[in-house]
Amino acid sequence: MRAWIPHLLRAALLAVLIAFLVDPGWFDPLLKPLVQDNAPAIYNQGSLLTLTLLHLRTVAIATTGAIIVAVTLAILVTRPFGAEFLPLSRSLVNVGQTFPPVAVLALAVPILGFGEKPTLVALFLYGLLPIFENTLTGLTTLPPSVMEAARGSGMTDRQRLFKVELPLAMPMILAGIRLSVVISLATATIGSTVAAKTLGEVIIAGLQSNNIAFVLQGGLIVGALAVLIYDGFSAIERILARRAGLSTRS
Amino acid sequence: MIEIDGITKRYDGNTVVNNVSMTIEPRTVTVIVGTSGSGKTTLLRMINRLVEPTSGAIRLDGEDNRSMPGFELRRRIGYAIQGHGLFPHRTVAQNIATVPVLLGWGKARIDAKVTELLTLFQLDPAAFSARFPHELSGGQQQRVGVARALAAEPNVLLMDEPFGALDPIIRAKAQADLLAIQRLLGTTIVLVTHDMDEAFHLAHKIAVMDKGALVQYGRPAELVKDPATEFVQTLIGTSERPFRLLSIETAGDAVEPGPAGGKPLAETISQRDALSELLWAGRSALPVAAADGTILGRVTLEGLTRRAAKPQ
Repeated sequence: MRAWIPHLLRAALLAVLIAFLVDPGWFDPLLKPLVQDNAPAIYNQGSLLTLTLLHLRTVAIATTGAIIVAVTLAILVTRPFGAEFLPLSRSLVNVGQTFPPVAVLALAVPILGFGEKPTLVALFLYGLLPIFENTLTGLTTLPPSVMEAARGSGMTDRQRLFKVELPLAMPMILAGIRLSVVISLATATIGSTVAAKTLGEVIIAGLQSNNIAFVLQGGLIVGALAVLIYDGFSAIERILARRAGLSTRS
Repeated sequence: MIEIDGITKRYDGNTVVNNVSMTIEPRTVTVIVGTSGSGKTTLLRMINRLVEPTSGAIRLDGEDNRSMPGFELRRRIGYAIQGHGLFPHRTVAQNIATVPVLLGWGKARIDAKVTELLTLFQLDPAAFSARFPHELSGGQQQRVGVARALAAEPNVLLMDEPFGALDPIIRAKAQADLLAIQRLLGTTIVLVTHDMDEAFHLAHKIAVMDKGALVQYGRPAELVKDPATEFVQTLIGTSERPFRLLSIETAGDAVEPGPAGGKPLAETISQRDALSELLWAGRSALPVAAADGTILGRVTLEGLTRRAAKPQ
């Protein structure tokens, strides 16, 4: 019943976002009331589309790195030979999460210089925990009878991992990646304080010139991206979970 | 033939299986019974080396089961467990094809085997191949689990409480199917259960485990006649003895010549069930019919009573 309403809202959100990025001029009348006389209502120090793509690129690179490291780590510590490293890796990843990204930026700039690199480091560290924890949960809560059958049918350790464990844990892993991506999308904006090209630039420019319209459009683009990507991941997870027979029949 | 030779398993000084020796004849059904914690599952899992013994050896057709890597050994031995353990992300056909794929069979051979097994287990290949396990009933899942264990045509099939999760009606059907398939394929089956009715119904020989030791190993009738220990006696149940004897053989084995009125009994039902039918019908004899309806003779109350008496 009315299952199409959320889809319609998402499609509308996507359409508005694309329209705004391609030709922000159309929205000028909407934002004009927010600014003082003669101040520009639409960000004019660069293309919003280019900034959005750079923002997404930064998040994609950092998240890919975090996925590779966190998933590998989670696989290693759930093997018999790696079990004793479980507490150590857990605390390492937790430290990555508790360390404020701003502090990471401040520490990384003297070493890596200004620009995208310190931001990538901060996002990478910040994104590790959700992926690691979820992969760990996914790999350690597999049905015992399925694991027993996998061993009993003569699969090697590697075959069990790739044919049974990872496919069954995939919905959980994806949920971790989804959380990590959404956190990174928001956190990436602070990268612009160290001259990374992200949508944070728009917000910072707005703060410096007391231009609420800038702050608003920077924030709204990030928000819209987060909502759409979150929904996209959720949909993939549902499909995978249904295929894996893990969800109840609808 | 499976030779278990002085097998012991200890976990941190705790002896789970203590110096067990037994020989399992080929093409028979051997049932290992015992209470939980008696070591029966550990003993079973040492045959395909899911558990490595502390000492002793197990030989399959004369060959030590440590002469090859564990995963290769397990591909040659069928393994079916309680709760079936089907891979939820794979279709019925893919589940059954698990071991053949690991062994690198060709696609045509695998497809033919899957179709053959589904047909054997009375599951229409066209309807069931592409389904996922969660789309099947409990009984169907269990049948697919056994089909998967038999896919690579193993000589030996190990079963760990395979029918434990089924309701009584489906369980009786699954047991009958298993016996029919065992006779058809000639597979050597080793089955673990704590259900004595199941043991007497299925077994050529029963092994009784108690606190890690093998306390008796013999034909079901021997266990009833000469229980080796108090424990075996208790497990069989003193008041159950005559009925245990009757549940070993089928009505077909008790057929006597002569006429009888009433509704014919199937020759495949156990003598215990035949007795029950006689008592319920209030008759002293009932005809016995083969699967095709031919009357083979009759079973009598008197004949069954004689068979239920303590063997001399």
